[in-house]
Amino acid sequence: MPPLLEVENLQTHFRTPDGVNRAVDGVSFHVNAGETLAVVGESGCGKSVTAMSILRLIPEPPGKIAGSIRFQGRDLLTLSDREMRDIRGNEISMIFQEPMTSLNPVLTVGRQIGETLRLHQGLSAKQAEAKAVEMLTLVGIPEPARRVREYPHQLSGGMRQRVMIAIALACNPKLLIADEPTTALDVTIQAQILELMRDLKRTVGAAIVLITHDLGVVAEVAERVIVMYAGKKVEEAAVSPLFRNPKHPYTQGLLGSMPKLGSSLHGDEGRLAEIPGLVPSLKQKIPGCVFASRCPHTTDLCRQVAPALEEKEPGHVAACHYAVKEGAIAA
Amino acid sequence: MSTPPILEVTDLKKHFPLRGGLLGGTTGYVYAVDGVSFSIAKGETLALVGESGCGKSTVGKAVLRLFDITDGQVVLDGKRIDDLSSSALRPMRRRVQVVFQDPFSSLNPRMRVRDILAEPIRNFGLAKDAKDLEERVAKLMDTVRLPRDAVNRWPHEFSGGQRQRIGIARALAADPDLIVCDEAVSALDVSVKAQIVNLLQDLQRELGLALLFISHDLAIVEHMTHRVAVMYLGKIVEVAPKRSLFAAPKHPYTEALLSAVPVPMPGMARERIILKGDVPSPIRPPSGCRFHTRCPYAFDRCRSEEPKLTHVATALDEGHVAACHLHDRPAAENPLAVAKGAALVAA
Ligand SMILES: Nc1ncnc2c1ncn2[C@@H]1O[C@H](COP(=O)(O)OP(=O)(O)OP(=O)(O)O)[C@@H](O)[C@H]1O
Ligand SMILES: Nc1ncnc2c1ncn2[C@@H]1O[C@H](COP(=O)(O)OP(=O)(O)OP(=O)(O)O)[C@@H](O)[C@H]1O
Ligand code: SF4
Ligand SMILES: [Mg+2]
Ligand SMILES: [Mg+2]
Repeated sequence: MPPLLEVENLQTHFRTPDGVNRAVDGVSFHVNAGETLAVVGESGCGKSVTAMSILRLIPEPPGKIAGSIRFQGRDLLTLSDREMRDIRGNEISMIFQEPMTSLNPVLTVGRQIGETLRLHQGLSAKQAEAKAVEMLTLVGIPEPARRVREYPHQLSGGMRQRVMIAIALACNPKLLIADEPTTALDVTIQAQILELMRDLKRTVGAAIVLITHDLGVVAEVAERVIVMYAGKKVEEAAVSPLFRNPKHPYTQGLLGSMPKLGSSLHGDEGRLAEIPGLVPSLKQKIPGCVFASRCPHTTDLCRQVAPALEEKEPGHVAACHYAVKEGAIAA
Repeated sequence: MSTPPILEVTDLKKHFPLRGGLLGGTTGYVYAVDGVSFSIAKGETLALVGESGCGKSTVGKAVLRLFDITDGQVVLDGKRIDDLSSSALRPMRRRVQVVFQDPFSSLNPRMRVRDILAEPIRNFGLAKDAKDLEERVAKLMDTVRLPRDAVNRWPHEFSGGQRQRIGIARALAADPDLIVCDEAVSALDVSVKAQIVNLLQDLQRELGLALLFISHDLAIVEHMTHRVAVMYLGKIVEVAPKRSLFAAPKHPYTEALLSAVPVPMPGMARERIILKGDVPSPIRPPSGCRFHTRCPYAFDRCRSEEPKLTHVATALDEGHVAACHLHDRPAAENPLAVAKGAALVAA
């Protein structure tokens, strides 16, 4: 069976006054039906832009999307705006990263959840409100019948985020793109939302693309992970090998800078490890490896030649010239 | 801690009126914060954790005096601020600053970094002259480890982590004693988060700052705070030095919270306490112990009598308080008598 979603050589660039920003620069990946793919990586590496590109929500211009994005066999980049609207919020839905700015402040939350249902499923206003109450219950908001009539500013941060989730799940999408869906939530509600997403997989066989900075969440819900850095995919693997045996020095740095629960009991309370330096500007073409300016193992080769994505172990690819293991270059 | 605390909050209440009904009158209240007391020493970090909607941000906003409180007292460095008029409050405002979660929307996009930082310095009259102002701005950039020449740039030209540094610099510009960090590192990726956490800890040591650190990220809380206060539905249910709290939580809600933290180890099975029952509403809080509708250990007394925050003896630390009737029972009938925390959090 072909994958549900197949992204090939995606390039999303933005024209800016001082040059072209290569926000996403040749990224390929696929998502199978019923699978959860996690996308992790440094802030600004192009995760959200990748997600917005799939839904064709990039403003063009200044943006420009190239490559191919096949969803159920159809290339989304060739569809008309009308066809795309039918897919958005219905077959593919998205939980946006910033619930504060993505909710409409002058509409009640009930109206905002109901909107999609009325648009795609032709529900009446009354049915839509009933369904909105049901969705708020599902995402664990107390007194849903009262809350549907409230405006976003009357809700706490985590409640607003759950309203976003309710909107995204209302139509039982085949593909759910969740961009930091649980950052504003406490861990017990987070566990509940993750369970809801698993249910969606079980009941409608939905696939999930989960963009998150929370590596704990990745470990718990994802089957496969791609790691991005500066607009490129630098590593991809099934979740266990990625955590146990990360191949790319960036991934190694990322896992190393994560504080772990229990630190105060083990007495390891020093400074957190940092990855020194800053992400390179995406406006200049980087001749060598995108991570070379911060990598602890950089050589001349790294600075001159861009490493290709290479299969280091079956199903485990990384874009690094070397096989770096536990902080030392092995080959 | 013999020096007087920088912040002392006593029996704080904030009830939001609910409007509705035929005449648009008040039909009830959201009991967002309903009798909360805590203190923060100079140079100390107190974490405030708890369920979404339990009132953490409302506590933060009360401390910042962003609204009038319903009842209680907020005392800053020995001076009561909750009942001050806005003119009397002005000099006190400088001393408490805030860093919000969202570095994207909390900086004015139409101001250059220089002006963002200069604004509080001017407002509070901290600079002697134009040259002093410029120097202060430059020093702030050093303090948050940003290049000095970046003051000419606009917020959108920075990454999320850099914008959060600008937000911290803006808070520091007012030369505060206390900073409220409301989910200040939540939106950042792991490696940037590590940089900001390290920066906050350095600043705290260098400047003797006190922090009220509101966060859902318990691993960060454990890493960087001194004491932790746990809130549930408008009340504080447990306060303890962090080591004591993470080793042996003494409130069933805290225990459930710690057990729900996802561990970054694929395939690791962990015993998790799943809270059953509906999340109660702050509009109609449950009787007795507010947690009794979801507590796995609730018994008769919990449904009728509200437990008070009382001292609980622990192996690790002094100053561990919790509000739970279990601690009045003999140890054999108290599931929280033994230290389970280590098992809960061990990876
Ligand atoms: N409309 C736009 N115009 C110009 N540049 C943009 C636009 N939207 C995004 N970018 C740029 O694209 C790059 C990637 O941004 P993106 O939002 O995808 O990062 P991200 O990986 O989601 O980061 P984070 O983890 O902080 O959310 C950034 O350099 C950003 O400035
Ligand atoms: N301006 C307001 N008007 C009415 N109700 C409000 C207002 N602000 C907050 N509330 C309510 O007060 C309660 C506490 O909200 P608060 O924002 O303090 O929660 P929180 O603990 O910060 O949650 P989160 O972790 O989700 O940010 C919620 O029930 C919320 O709906
Ligand atoms: S007082 Fe009772 S209901 Fe409340 S936390 Fe303790 S055991 Fe549970
Ligand atoms: Mg993003
Ligand atoms: Mg909040």
